[in-house]
Amino acid sequence: MGTILFELALIFYFAATIVSIIELFKEKKIISQIMLFLVGIGFAAHTANIIYRYVVAGHIPITNFHESTSFFSWSIVLIFFILQFRYKVSILCSFVMPVVFVLMLSSSMLPQEIKPLSPVLQSYWLTIHTVVAFLGNAAFALAFGVGTMYLVQEHYVKSKHLGGIFGRLPSLQTLDALNYKLITLGFPLLTLAIITGSLWAESAWGSYWRWDPREVWSLTTWFIYAIIIHARLVAGWRGKRAAILSIAGFLIILAAFFGIKVLGKGLHVFI
Amino acid sequence: MKIFVAGLNHNTADVEVREKMAFNGSRLEEGLRRFRELPDVEEAVILSTCNRVELYANVKDSTKASESIKAFLSDFHDINRSLLDKALYIYDDINAIKHIFRVASSLDSMVVGEPQILGQLKEAFEFALEKKTTGILLNRLMKKAISVAKRVRRDTRIAENAVSISFAAVELAKKIFTDLSEKVFMLLGAGEMAELAARHLMSNGVKEVIVANRSYNRACELAREFNGKPVKLDDFLREMVHSDIVICSTGAPHYILLKDQMQRVMKERKQRPVFLIDISVPRNIDPKINDLDNVYLYNIDDLQGIVDANMFERKKEAEKAEKIIEEEIDPFLKWLSSLDSVPTIVALREKAEEIKREEFEKLMNRFPDLDEKQRKAIECMASAIINKLIHPPTAALKEDPEDKDLMIAIIKKLYGIDVEEKENK
Repeated sequence: MGTILFELALIFYFAATIVSIIELFKEKKIISQIMLFLVGIGFAAHTANIIYRYVVAGHIPITNFHESTSFFSWSIVLIFFILQFRYKVSILCSFVMPVVFVLMLSSSMLPQEIKPLSPVLQSYWLTIHTVVAFLGNAAFALAFGVGTMYLVQEHYVKSKHLGGIFGRLPSLQTLDALNYKLITLGFPLLTLAIITGSLWAESAWGSYWRWDPREVWSLTTWFIYAIIIHARLVAGWRGKRAAILSIAGFLIILAAFFGIKVLGKGLHVFI
Repeated sequence: MKIFVAGLNHNTADVEVREKMAFNGSRLEEGLRRFRELPDVEEAVILSTCNRVELYANVKDSTKASESIKAFLSDFHDINRSLLDKALYIYDDINAIKHIFRVASSLDSMVVGEPQILGQLKEAFEFALEKKTTGILLNRLMKKAISVAKRVRRDTRIAENAVSISFAAVELAKKIFTDLSEKVFMLLGAGEMAELAARHLMSNGVKEVIVANRSYNRACELAREFNGKPVKLDDFLREMVHSDIVICSTGAPHYILLKDQMQRVMKERKQRPVFLIDISVPRNIDPKINDLDNVYLYNIDDLQGIVDANMFERKKEAEKAEKIIEEEIDPFLKWLSSLDSVPTIVALREKAEEIKREEFEKLMNRFPDLDEKQRKAIECMASAIINKLIHPPTAALKEDPEDKDLMIAIIKKLYGIDVEEKENK
């Protein structure tokens, strides 16, 4: 049942990704509606899958790599819908859905069985820490999408060739503001994730910080986003530089997310 | 009964002729009245804009009408006949319909796809309606032309991209900034083109206007006009710090804004984006400035390049529009031919026969015992009634009266006949 829901979400996200890429090249209202519809169905199935696993396992289903990757993509789609609702930037879908799909695809290739949770992890910190961490990272994922859109649009305006999707992308200022908004949403969440993580570590292992690879990477990304915010406020690093930094920031998050798993060391091996 | 067009436009007549031929203000009413009163003209509409003057009519005979319309125009505008003959184009029937559809859809405009013409056509039509110079034919044609134009606009992207420099500048500004109404705009120098672009930008609403000019008096003058703040040209760099959009055309023979100057400005602006439009020739802003982050510099050639690309797009869309027009002509022609009296007479007779048959059958069902002779008698009577009833209208139509179109329309309406629909079935 859980697997079927997951596969369903995967299939719909895949279809939405394809449609979203077609949508880039062919401007039609109906295509963008189909795209949003597909994402919506996928998201519903995905939500049901997460609820199902929650009920079966009895705790938040972010306890193995399959679940965490899945929850990561779910958070991205959730924030996309919030943005879509507020700012009507459906073209953002074309820049974000491929990421969502790749995450889901890798999630689908990982073992999906629900195993009993090790006693160390059985804590209310599990829910708080993981949800906050993934929502933060999802905000950065969208900042990545918006940053990419900014670079594309900036390229059109700078090069003075206004073809392609120039007419459909929002203004540079809008994209820049949206990028900043997402980063200022993600940053406190990431901060909170690090704090709750170390509190949890203290209660589980008796020390706040143990230089575990994921801790190090989180700290690195925290610094990157701190720099983005600081540079904007102090030195006026906005526009192109902010966009490049937010793209780099998210690529580092992805590298860390998958890289640490491949290395397979440290306290976070369970996710 | 024929649709007829006589007109001239930017292609066939230069501006002096167009000026002379224009039906301006009060002259329009008089012109329209006299046009309608010409012996061969039954309905009349005059469209007069700065790029075209067109007379639309429903005429009895194209050749005669064309003669009398030319005579009227030459007399009314006091214009040389040979000059008029050279400038004027004449269409009738299908060509006239097609021409009117193309004009309404802005395919015949100087700037293809420009949207004003449709409004002007609507106005011309409404004026004629008000003055009661139109009838069933032109009313239908004008309404159809307007709906065709709307369809063209909906189904093609003919009017989508900017095709003038000032439009292109505004379009770009909107892709750099979210909301122009919170932006400060500086006019640097006061060339004619710059003023035009400035006016256009301001019609989109900006927060504040700064005018800098070599002659301070001129700056004050312009500032008054634009409701802005005049500054001396030497102070413009200081003003750049809070100007988001700058249009520059000072007529200076060298660069007045260099890269390192702009770099300092950007630093003070905290890198807030700025859109520079340099329409001066020779250029006044160092083109290297475009390499700076968050600075977008466009010169006149860049803008012209965008306009050309958009023009090319429009031409492609115009081909689609031509196809739409071809599609729309056919149904209109069908309707037109249905106005002819013969189909109406036939339809009227069919309708009467149908009623007779139905009623006769009903009666026969009620009285199945009637013998053959009685049946015949009843049928004869029914036939006599319908014949007597439809004879007068039929005869009237066959006489080919003055107001035949109107009569046909009335008959169709009163009897609920729609010839067009029948044909389609």
